[in-house]
Amino acid sequence: MRWLAQTVAISSVNVMSLGQRLGSSSVAVVGFAGVVAVFVAVLSIAEGFQRVMARGVSPDTALVLRAGSDTEMSSGLDLEHTRIIKDAPGVMRGSDGPVASAELFVIVDVPKRATGTDANVPLRGVEPAAFAVRKAVKIVEGRPFREGQNEVIAGRAAAREFAGLEVGNHLRWGDNVWEVVGLFSAGDSVYESEIWTDARVAQPAYRRTGFQSVYARLESPDAFQRFKDALTSDPRLDVEVKREDEYYEAQSQVLRTLVRTLGNVVALLMAVGATFGALNTMYSAVAARGREIATLRALGFQAGPVLVSVMAESLLLALLGGSIGGGVAYLVANGYQTATMNFQTFSQVAFQLAVTPRLLVGGVAYALAMGICGGIFPAIRAVRAPIAMGLREV
Amino acid sequence: MSDALVQVSDVHKVYTRGAERVDVLKGLELEVGRGEFLALMGPSGSGKTTLLNLIGGLDKPTSGRVAVAGRDLTRASPRELAHWRARHVGFVFQFYNLLPVLTAARNIELPLLLTGLSRAERQKHVAAALELVGLADRAGHYPMQLSGGQEQRVGIARAIVNDPTLLLCDEPTGDLDRQTAGEILDLIAELNRRYEKTVIMVTHDPLAAERARRVLHMDKGMLVEAQAA
Ligand SMILES: Nc1ncnc2c1ncn2[C@@H]1O[C@H](COP(=O)(O)OP(=O)(O)OP(=O)(O)O)[C@@H](O)[C@H]1O
Ligand SMILES: [Mg+2]
Repeated sequence: MRWLAQTVAISSVNVMSLGQRLGSSSVAVVGFAGVVAVFVAVLSIAEGFQRVMARGVSPDTALVLRAGSDTEMSSGLDLEHTRIIKDAPGVMRGSDGPVASAELFVIVDVPKRATGTDANVPLRGVEPAAFAVRKAVKIVEGRPFREGQNEVIAGRAAAREFAGLEVGNHLRWGDNVWEVVGLFSAGDSVYESEIWTDARVAQPAYRRTGFQSVYARLESPDAFQRFKDALTSDPRLDVEVKREDEYYEAQSQVLRTLVRTLGNVVALLMAVGATFGALNTMYSAVAARGREIATLRALGFQAGPVLVSVMAESLLLALLGGSIGGGVAYLVANGYQTATMNFQTFSQVAFQLAVTPRLLVGGVAYALAMGICGGIFPAIRAVRAPIAMGLREV
Repeated sequence: MSDALVQVSDVHKVYTRGAERVDVLKGLELEVGRGEFLALMGPSGSGKTTLLNLIGGLDKPTSGRVAVAGRDLTRASPRELAHWRARHVGFVFQFYNLLPVLTAARNIELPLLLTGLSRAERQKHVAAALELVGLADRAGHYPMQLSGGQEQRVGIARAIVNDPTLLLCDEPTGDLDRQTAGEILDLIAELNRRYEKTVIMVTHDPLAAERARRVLHMDKGMLVEAQAA
């Protein structure tokens, strides 16, 4: 109790005298803020990417690929096989038959608006049922493509990120010229980064006879196991069956890991610098207050409260820096539109950086950890210093 | 056991600065009775502050014994010493050592935070101490807003607010002009006479030393009685 009173008394004296050490204290705060801003901003890439890959996909949609394929890119299914898949048990049936779409997935070059350089954008050939499978897909401008025509619709994120995807525009990919006839939204999902067309037009254009995937809407999420068992036990098929949400979650894994590793390495390097800055600040704070601390201890204040109060000052600076850094990252990075390579499909995914509460809390925690490292040694020095010596300081 | 309040026996204090060895106190003996007012004089660097720090439990001798009220300070842990200082010693410093961010009243209250007193009781004690040093109307002033003499009065109020037995003053008037110094010395003498504080005061000033009942000179690491002036 009295120990607490001592700690509070000394800490408040410390904090009140912060004003006299504004210069060196703000150096520490700026250091903490810089690290946290970079840490949060870099990791917001991973958060945003994960978010876009998790949106608009659902556990009651299944995705069928050739066995051994991790992605649509490397998959291939014969027309014959796609028919068997669509008729499998568990697939929802509508008035036009099974709610399932056999699809093609190819890459086309479209220049990025930001840089003007060509980037890989997925061109997805779909069957009419694709719109029933993914109910989030809506035409927001223009109209849907007509069957059998060299017409495409572009996801709105793709249209935003890449040049030339305006309605009415004509584009040349390979030997064909395509007209953009509409833009679609898809609940902020990864599909908004794609360009869609009629699978039957895409097949000859890209010299394919079969497909790469079947997207099937299931009767319910629980129907998945039945559907999967039926397909994997069918001797005519050799396929991989995944839930749509799990498939895209897995796709975001590589980039997330990469970004997190990068973010942590960069933040760690910067943190070393910032921690030394904080150490320096706190050493000079302790040195500047050497006589005050010695006086308090001469009066009978114990070493423990002195130690805690120096730590408290360091943690306060860290909290301040961490909050400023997080705030700056939020203002600058949150919602920022960008596109990056999905390393599993080598195609671009447009998304927004996301500074989530989790990241902000993580950033502040990171700053506090730096504050502890930067405060502990000066705090120990403050209490180890002989009182008689401290009193001699001027 | 003698009934002296302070007993310093065969105390040696050696500082080593790298290879250099400084023998500051060499078998020093001192007894200070209860209610005494002792002045310590001596040239700069002779070890006066060192001795005061030993008696105040701020430092430990290289060898020898320092006891106050029968308690051997050389055997106490830093924790126990801090506790002991808070109860039994008041320090008055040459440069006052007030915390600039605290008002006079808050500075004086600091030692009371180490006691179990309630807020109201603390304020009562602070008010009494301010009254005693004649600064009742300066409670809310910050050290910057006070003159040197007033700052030292606050320093003295802080030293006595816990009602310690022993008052240790290291050149309390060293930074003050003659007249102000005289007023501070009056105050210290009054604390000794009226409030029966045992006072040990280090000073360079012969006029200050005159106020004490006994004057000792630090010489070659030993203390010698001063010739009556
Ligand atoms: N921590 C220390 N390390 C090394 N030497 C020290 C230390 N503290 C004091 N000394 C030395 O011990 C000697 C006595 O110092 P002390 O401060 O006790 O003298 P003093 O009589 O109070 O002098 P002054 O009148 O100048 O205040 C000096 O030579 C000083 O340099
Ligand atoms: Mg001295």
